Amino acid sequence: MGQITLQGVQKSFGPVHIIKGADLEIADGSFVVFVGPSGCGKTTLLRLIAGLEDVTGGAILIDGRNVVDVPPAKRGLSMVFQSYALYPHMSVRGNIAFGLKMAGIAKDEINRKVEAAAATLNLTPYLDRKPRELSGGQRQRVAIGRAIVREPKAFLFDEPLSNLDAALRVQMRLEVTRLQKQLGTTAIYVTHDQVEAMTMADKIVVLNGGKIEQYGSPLELYEKPNNLFVAGFIGSPKMNFVTGELAKQQGATTIGVRPEHLKVERNGQGGWHGTVSVAEHLGSDTFLYVDAGPLGMLTARYVGELDLHPGDKVSLIPDPARIHRFDDSGKSIRA
Amino acid sequence: MARMVTTRNKVISTAAAWLVGFLIFFPILWMVLASFKTELEAFAIPPSFLFFHWTTENYVTVQERSDYFHHALNSIIIAGGSTLIAMLIAIPAAWSMAFSPTKRTKDVLLWMLSTKMMPPVGVLVPIYLIYRTFGLLDTRSGLIFILCLGNLPIVIWMLFTYFKEIPKDILEAARMDGATIGRELIYVLTPMAVPGLASTLLLNLILAWNEAFWTLNLSTLEAAPLTVFIASYSSPEGLFWAKLSAASTLAIAPILVLGWFSQRQLVRGLTFGAVK
Repeated sequence: MGQITLQGVQKSFGPVHIIKGADLEIADGSFVVFVGPSGCGKTTLLRLIAGLEDVTGGAILIDGRNVVDVPPAKRGLSMVFQSYALYPHMSVRGNIAFGLKMAGIAKDEINRKVEAAAATLNLTPYLDRKPRELSGGQRQRVAIGRAIVREPKAFLFDEPLSNLDAALRVQMRLEVTRLQKQLGTTAIYVTHDQVEAMTMADKIVVLNGGKIEQYGSPLELYEKPNNLFVAGFIGSPKMNFVTGELAKQQGATTIGVRPEHLKVERNGQGGWHGTVSVAEHLGSDTFLYVDAGPLGMLTARYVGELDLHPGDKVSLIPDPARIHRFDDSGKSIRA
Repeated sequence: MARMVTTRNKVISTAAAWLVGFLIFFPILWMVLASFKTELEAFAIPPSFLFFHWTTENYVTVQERSDYFHHALNSIIIAGGSTLIAMLIAIPAAWSMAFSPTKRTKDVLLWMLSTKMMPPVGVLVPIYLIYRTFGLLDTRSGLIFILCLGNLPIVIWMLFTYFKEIPKDILEAARMDGATIGRELIYVLTPMAVPGLASTLLLNLILAWNEAFWTLNLSTLEAAPLTVFIASYSSPEGLFWAKLSAASTLAIAPILVLGWFSQRQLVRGLTFGAVK
């Protein structure tokens, strides 16, 4: 079991409020990603759940039991750190076994569990090496091995892939997701990378300035963002925002259209007119950065190759069903 | 072409390094050579480098005139004792400042360092009077005390920087893994801090061994370490170069040997964190 509930969790360091009251319900076995810009409090929230920081207010329930006064080791969670935080003087075996050793488990059993964890993570040939003799990806796997071997109620991941190169990151992303599904253990994963958030999560928590802006499945967040912040943060390239007369016509202060929901037409009629200032040709996609005069800079995404170049005139036609409307306070207006 | 230049550069820089190394080592070599000369040859001009009448008579005289082993034992006790006590005080101090710093930690560290900025001679008279009053003059415990206090700021600083290098994440990982403070100390912190502890210990030992100001001023015979032993050859009956050299060679020999065997550890300790 690994059901985690946050009730009005607050954290301040002196006069600075880092977490301003977080309420959250994390179902057993689900993969939840905390995402947000740096300084939004996502890592702090994870550390509060881990017990590495004390809450200033509120309650954290693990399987219904309030754990705010329980030390980290007794919460039954395990954590994977951004820096891996392996014990440099211990072998891979020693690293993975450390938690079990601390729990006073018999040697044979420790060995059996360590071997099993190593086999799951393809670490068997490296069991007797020291962390410094491993590559970044292997170190990361050892850190994960250390987490899974204790069969915790939940895994806590603190930006575990951000030190890896791009190719390895994609591969590890898949491995982590697959492993979590296979073990069926609850996981909370912190990242600032919204692609990681979208691809890995069952549910995403978008944090901003110490507040939970929205909690929902990746597609919910993409299709129905609660506010301007979530709309701008989820999706790549970012959603285009237009204010002024055009927005007023739609009964909103701001309207937003995602780059993929703008139809591009060469010298077309209707829609929003502009001049291409930068065109990025990826083969699979073409990204156009269009100077649309009073509307500002707009980004459009075309699937496939589009033979447009800087200086070309285009018109962008938004998909009427995909226009997001926001009010004065930035909240989403839903019809 | 490029390769030739590299080879030539390599040769030049190797030669230069050897030259600089030799220049630095030369006074020690010269001292050792002089210790095997007769007094007359020791200050002959032009000096003879290797072709002189080799003799060990200086060593015999030195041991006869003043008991080398007595002073060596004092040096070992004083340097060892002051280092040990300094480490015992510094480890918890540096530990707490590195792992649970407060707003004033930086100030405390700077204040400690600032005590090293005052020339010792500035407090010689008061310290001497205090020592006289408490009967600490020419005692080993008195010297251990003063050397320990003198080196404590440096020891704390060094240990603080080593402990600071230990990533907090690793300690937190140990905590998540269920280690109590005691086990965290034994299984995680201490093994990681060993290089730092070792090099601090060595450096402090060397500093205490070579310390001359306080040992010369606060001891005469009973507690006098090797520094006093050397100095005694440069004053009373004029300068005896050969005997002075023999005494100095004897005095630095133990620390030189120690330094030689631990140089790898020392260098690793002193550049800890600089090369990752």
